[in-house]
Amino acid sequence: MAETRKRITIAVLALGGQGGGVLSDWLIAVAEQNGWYAQATSVQGVAQRTGSTVYYLELFPEGELRKGEPVLALMPAPGDVDVVIASELMEAGRAILRGFVTPDRTTLIASTHRIYAIAEKSAVSGGAGDGSKVMEAAAKNAKAVVMFDMDAASERNGAAISAVMLGALAASGTLPFPRDAFETAIRDSRIAVDANLAGFAAGFEGRDADKAPAAPIDVVQEGVRRLTEYQDADYAALYLERLKAFADPQVRTEMARALALWMSYEDVMRVSQLKIRRARMDEVREEVKALPGQIVHVSEYMHPRWEEVCDTLPAGLGAWLLGNRSLKRLFAPFFAKGRRVRTTNVGWFLMLSMLARRRRKRRKTLRYRTENTRIEVWLAAVAGEADPAAAIELARAQNLIKGYGDTHARGLAKFETVMEAYRRVRGTPDAASTLRRLREAALKDEDGAALERALPSQ
Amino acid sequence: MAERSFKAEVEQLRIGAGEEFRGEGILAVTKALLQSGVAYVGGYQGSPISHLIDVFSDANDLLAELDVHFEQSASEAAAAAMLAASVNYPLRGAVAWKSVVGTNVASDALSNVASGGVTGGVLVIVGEDYGEGSSIMQERGHAFAMKSQMWLLDPRPNLPSIVNMVEKGFQLSEASHTPVMLELRVRACHLHGRFQAKDNVRPRFTVRDAADNPVRDTERIVLPPANFLHEREKIEQRWPAAIKFVAENKLNERFGPDGGDIGIIVQGGLFNTLNRALELKDLSDSFGNTKLPVYVLNVTYPLIPDEVRDFCAGKRAVLIVEEGQPEFIEHELNTILRRADLNTRIVGKEVLPRAGEYTAQAVGDGVTKFLAQWGGMPAAATAPNDLAALAREVPQRPAGFCTGCPERPLFTAMKLVQRELGQHHVSADIGCHLFSILPPFNIGNTTMGYGLGTAGASAFKRSDGKRAIAVMGDGGFWHNGLTSGIGNAVFNRDDNLTIVVDNGYSAATGGQDLLSSAADNKNRSTKHAIETAARGIGVSWVRSVDDTYDVKRMQDVLREALTTKEKGPKLVIAQSECMLNKQRRTRPLFAKAVKDGKRMVRERFGVDPATCTGDHACIRLSGCPSLTIKPNPDPLKTDPVAHVDNSCVGCGLCGEISHADVLCPSFYKAEIVFNPTWRDRAAAWLRSHLIALFAHG
Repeated sequence: MAETRKRITIAVLALGGQGGGVLSDWLIAVAEQNGWYAQATSVQGVAQRTGSTVYYLELFPEGELRKGEPVLALMPAPGDVDVVIASELMEAGRAILRGFVTPDRTTLIASTHRIYAIAEKSAVSGGAGDGSKVMEAAAKNAKAVVMFDMDAASERNGAAISAVMLGALAASGTLPFPRDAFETAIRDSRIAVDANLAGFAAGFEGRDADKAPAAPIDVVQEGVRRLTEYQDADYAALYLERLKAFADPQVRTEMARALALWMSYEDVMRVSQLKIRRARMDEVREEVKALPGQIVHVSEYMHPRWEEVCDTLPAGLGAWLLGNRSLKRLFAPFFAKGRRVRTTNVGWFLMLSMLARRRRKRRKTLRYRTENTRIEVWLAAVAGEADPAAAIELARAQNLIKGYGDTHARGLAKFETVMEAYRRVRGTPDAASTLRRLREAALKDEDGAALERALPSQ
Repeated sequence: MAERSFKAEVEQLRIGAGEEFRGEGILAVTKALLQSGVAYVGGYQGSPISHLIDVFSDANDLLAELDVHFEQSASEAAAAAMLAASVNYPLRGAVAWKSVVGTNVASDALSNVASGGVTGGVLVIVGEDYGEGSSIMQERGHAFAMKSQMWLLDPRPNLPSIVNMVEKGFQLSEASHTPVMLELRVRACHLHGRFQAKDNVRPRFTVRDAADNPVRDTERIVLPPANFLHEREKIEQRWPAAIKFVAENKLNERFGPDGGDIGIIVQGGLFNTLNRALELKDLSDSFGNTKLPVYVLNVTYPLIPDEVRDFCAGKRAVLIVEEGQPEFIEHELNTILRRADLNTRIVGKEVLPRAGEYTAQAVGDGVTKFLAQWGGMPAAATAPNDLAALAREVPQRPAGFCTGCPERPLFTAMKLVQRELGQHHVSADIGCHLFSILPPFNIGNTTMGYGLGTAGASAFKRSDGKRAIAVMGDGGFWHNGLTSGIGNAVFNRDDNLTIVVDNGYSAATGGQDLLSSAADNKNRSTKHAIETAARGIGVSWVRSVDDTYDVKRMQDVLREALTTKEKGPKLVIAQSECMLNKQRRTRPLFAKAVKDGKRMVRERFGVDPATCTGDHACIRLSGCPSLTIKPNPDPLKTDPVAHVDNSCVGCGLCGEISHADVLCPSFYKAEIVFNPTWRDRAAAWLRSHLIALFAHG
């Protein structure tokens, strides 16, 4: 194709609600104000409801129009796109997959942040796509790449992400328009002008904010810190004592992590303690973007059931109450409803504070007895496993037990199933691989159907 | 009020000769209608023509000045029936809808108006929702044009061509006494471009003139013997008249040189894509100066045999670029050439895809194959680009409910009730609620069309077993669901449950008002309750739930509907305002109140990462865009934690879910106070000091 062509082609990939249409309108305005003919189109419709949408623009210099009416295309042709703008990392990946990004021509401008697709975020465990593959493909397929976290820049400035993308585009030099032409378009659109100009400037700068790299942590140290806070120094000592059974460094690290989590299982006392931590209110304020000094009320959604109440009582009493059907019929209805606990209310706060203090009595509770027994059975199994690979997998199986209520019951059942299957393959060379396969299957769905299918036939 | 306001665009509808119109394709059509002296306009909203309906709704004053009647029809059938006004009177009329579904709904009236023929010009504007971004079955409207004999225009996708075709379409319709369909693809409807405007033309004859001076002609009514006469008229008079008009007015166009032994015939709507494909092979330029002869069909039905013969004579092969299937044009071209005894080989679907949108890639590949076979241009080898590793990581993004959508809690409740009572057969409908069939809800077995959810469940009549559940939107209910669904269920003694989602708008199509909308609308009559209509038609078991976010109550009502001993259809009306429209309505009010110093409270939700278990059960019961995941801040945990981003509108579903399903105690509601009163400040001061005394850690 001859390089005499005068047009500029731009594809914008955005998700419904991200302002791809606004960005497109700004670009039309910039072009039309600066002596270019602009054509733009998109396939809106159902994709506007959270799906991914492509906006496509072709710009043509007015000066060329004397030769006739330009015939502009309505969709990007592979190999013919000058600029691809993607509002999210995986959308950049999608643009590459669709052939819009080619090394001879395309400048790829993309945000590196993630908006997770429903399949990614609803996975029982981790299910997110690997963004590094997009970065690799971008470097290989684009003529030039401008990538940074535009979402963070938009948040910092209270601007729409489309304003940041416009800034990054203006700075890339791929369009023959000066910076103030873009800013004029934002001003003329009269939508949140100040914020969007700030966002535009941040996009023009085009850098990620400096973040201090996270310091590596010592897992054992963290375990000790957590269990001291959770219970007391003796409890942390018990943790260290239990870890002595594991000499292999990898097994030991994995166990240090898993054991600390299991030993800090979340009962009513623990939840109460976590809810009234001193630092928590600041975390909440930051999370909900409260302004300094602004009053914020917080209501927690809690649902302690009769079972959790019994769990908190001394083991004998708790077990008796839990086993007594008529008492359960009598009391359970009082605990059948979820509660909204207003932690910023003094009364509720004192109540949680009192519950948190009850942790001194934790060792006597029914739940402690139950969990402690399970932990010891598991510890013995890991300690008895000679193959470090299998031992690591056994340690990781702890991750199956999660949550509260039914979720916890289902997770525990899966854990028991995996341990049961392990007993049958113990000592064989494929113990580790079987454990890994089963754990992965158990995390595939909620009801354990995948795990059932993955079980070795007896 | 619709999702978008078109007040600015309405101003452009007023511009006159010498001024330039800049805007979207479908809005250019509205201007072209006014320039053509249209007397009445109707239609039913739906992508991609919703904006036409919206802009006319906003243009009420202008339309009144011009004596143009506009109505937001109850359905496409209602809109098509309105065309009856052009049968006896010289009234130019236009209707618009989403096709092919809208054309299906309208087909009864369309057949009738096409049979009797028209006096005034009739234009049926169909937005073909085909290809990328489409939400409907992939079919061609072309078949309708052929079977009812309506002429089909498919103009080149640029605003001057489209506008010109609107004006020519009315003339063609009048010259041939035949309704004309103007087909616009999605991208053409949303195309931003420009054209030189003309003055608006007030209709020479208005609907009032017609009503005041009624005339009748029984020969225009479809009843024997006139119906047999109509068929003959179509063949003997209207068809030749159309061919004459199209040829004389040169509605089809020629590009490129005259001679050559190969050429291309293309539907007008695909010309720009074809030209780009040729340009990328150095066979054309930016102005459509193709190096091959190209014959552009701006009229795709009927074909003009003389033009086809002239174009094909002397050519060994001609490529026909025709999107969709069956390939009606390709068949017809072959017939014309056979009858003319020409040996030109017509090449179409053998090099172009049989199914799917004709994208730049598809057309480019087809042209390459055609040129390799017939033009002696071997295809250049392209290096394969291995992107398999990337493809595995890039997730699908199915459409879903918006942030805070009131329909989400309904399906959460259904999912929870089905856990108790077992899976039920669920007959879905058309509308946003159809997203229930996708993750995370996975609810719904079939969808049979707009307003047909209840009818779609009507084979299931067991009164001794599980009831079937039908879901319908308020849009579908008024479109035809009241009669074909609810009335049918009453008459046939159904025992099933119908859930009507009453969110106050025709939400999926852009938030237009309908009969049961809660809003006041100065041009329409609203606030007609769905419950009243259903009771009027004979349903006795009706429960209206006016807060869909109350998952517990919703569960109770659904459970009762599925288990009650009472016979007859059960109707649950789930009422909460569409959140997209609610936010558009209330957000500016909130911002203004804050600015004016009023005490306002913003609610939003959050997740406490310390207690979040990383199991994501909450997400599987919600799917809200604002409820997502982020890396676990706990150095010991690896699973990502749930996270609510700042787009949260505080609908409360997260909390309801964690209560209803006994999830982890991680959700919290934050109430952020703007412009606090002195009481707020005093209480906050006291609280913080008391709490500081007892805080831990």
